[in-house]
Amino acid sequence: MDNALTIDNLTKTYANGFQALKGISLEVREGDFFALLGPNGAGKSTTIGIVCALVTKSAGKVRIFDHDIDRDFSRAKRLLGLVPQEFNFNIFEPVEEILVNQAGYFGIERKTGFERAERYLKLLGLWDKRRSQARELSGGMKRRLMIARALVHEPRLLILDEPTAGVDIEVRHSMWKFLRELNAAGITIILTTHNLEEAENLCRNIAIIDEGRLIENTSMKQLLGRLHMETFVLELRHPVGRLPRLEPDCLRKIDDTTLEVDIDRDRSVNALYEQLSRHGIEVLSMRNKTNRLEQLFLHMLQNGTDGEERP
Amino acid sequence: MNLHDQLIAYKTIVIKEVLRFGRIWVQTIVPPVITVSLYFVIFGNLIGSRIGEMDGFSYMDYIVPGLIMMAVITNSYANVVSSFYGCKFHHNIEELLVSPIPSYLIVLGFMTGGVARGLAVGAAVTAVSMFFTELQFHNPVVIITIVLLTSMLFSLAGLLNAVFARSFDDISIVPTFVLTPLTYLGGVFYTIHLLPEFWQNVSRLNPILYMVNAFRYGFLGVSDIGIFWSYAIIIGFTAALYGIAVYVLHIGLGIRK
Repeated sequence: MDNALTIDNLTKTYANGFQALKGISLEVREGDFFALLGPNGAGKSTTIGIVCALVTKSAGKVRIFDHDIDRDFSRAKRLLGLVPQEFNFNIFEPVEEILVNQAGYFGIERKTGFERAERYLKLLGLWDKRRSQARELSGGMKRRLMIARALVHEPRLLILDEPTAGVDIEVRHSMWKFLRELNAAGITIILTTHNLEEAENLCRNIAIIDEGRLIENTSMKQLLGRLHMETFVLELRHPVGRLPRLEPDCLRKIDDTTLEVDIDRDRSVNALYEQLSRHGIEVLSMRNKTNRLEQLFLHMLQNGTDGEERP
Repeated sequence: MNLHDQLIAYKTIVIKEVLRFGRIWVQTIVPPVITVSLYFVIFGNLIGSRIGEMDGFSYMDYIVPGLIMMAVITNSYANVVSSFYGCKFHHNIEELLVSPIPSYLIVLGFMTGGVARGLAVGAAVTAVSMFFTELQFHNPVVIITIVLLTSMLFSLAGLLNAVFARSFDDISIVPTFVLTPLTYLGGVFYTIHLLPEFWQNVSRLNPILYMVNAFRYGFLGVSDIGIFWSYAIIIGFTAALYGIAVYVLHIGLGIRK
């Protein structure tokens, strides 16, 4: 399979001298569901901006399905759809018109534009709002409108910058389902998000950018495999007084009916249950204290990919 | 993008622009018509009757072409400067930037939108002027070509203003402090032969003088400026502004980070 996106030694220095990207190279395979993570100001949006022609690069090469964005920008742009982080439509335009116009900018006849607008507005649950001005939509609807707009020219690569920011749980889950269906239909998806549960749930491969440099680029499975320890929260049926000593010593008391336990990934959870059971402690429920990727992400930003503390 | 797709993209921008000013016609078409009607009443009828003739025509007949041209100029400019700056302000310029439309087509599309509004307002003002005077059409070809070229020129100027503007103040500075004075001093209300020679020469540095006089020539057959020079100046400015607009959009000045 080809690469959907190839970024080669990309640099960006803004007019004020700030170097946002310091030579990023990255490949995203066709059909992938790819997460691009990093803290605020790391360079994610700049990278996406360059790929989508919203930001001019200082140096480097970008190819979309092997079409160079400098030499063959027309073909490259046709294959690319962008859902930006900020709402960027004319709030006074009717919803349907926004989609038909966007199709027109890609050379799609108005009649076909209306047909596609109907299709994607129905898919995203916005058909009833087609005559409404965009400003009348709720936050979740505006996000869905931007997804519909990005799909109207039927791109093969879809880039979403924080697509579920500010939407409620129900909308978020329906958007995840929709994105999975798109990916299953063959559309390559690149996602930036601060919601690491989202990245872990959706993406197969991941890159982490920090301070304009790529600090990690691997599969989600491999990355999560590096997590040696997981912290769980245990809810107990009855209050517990003094904590029993367990081997290894990994238990902490939060309150009378809540315990926290660190478990090595190689250790069986059954052994823990057996030990607790021997001391008459009955566990009602168990959950991860934090999202696994979040734990790892914070650790990498603080200590680097090799686990060494940063100066 | 092949020619067929480019034509669709161009048509899309034009339709979007026309729908934009058409949706808010009470703000875009009606006010200039009322303003120019007041000029007709006050300067044409009330004061004009005491002024007498100018260049062999009644004062009303003399100022009608200039007032139509003034409405075309200000509205072509205003349409593009507000629309394009609005696109920048709301970030929906990004809809165009992520698409494969070449820069020259974006410029052409917005320019055509400005021309459409300029001509719509010009037609409305012309219709109103017929209540005040009997219009003559000395040379319709000159009327049509000059009004088209002038509205193209000022649409492009409005586009450039919007590209460089960083706030809403920036899009009102040029119309207020440059465009309006140049229009008023561009021979709309008088022939420059009334001025001392020095000020006649200074007036010749004002490009709007050439447009107003060429347009008046189309209606009345009189002009302070040779018609050839008018065409040369208007075409020259239009070509230069088009080239600059395409270039600044191509390098992303004011629209790309």
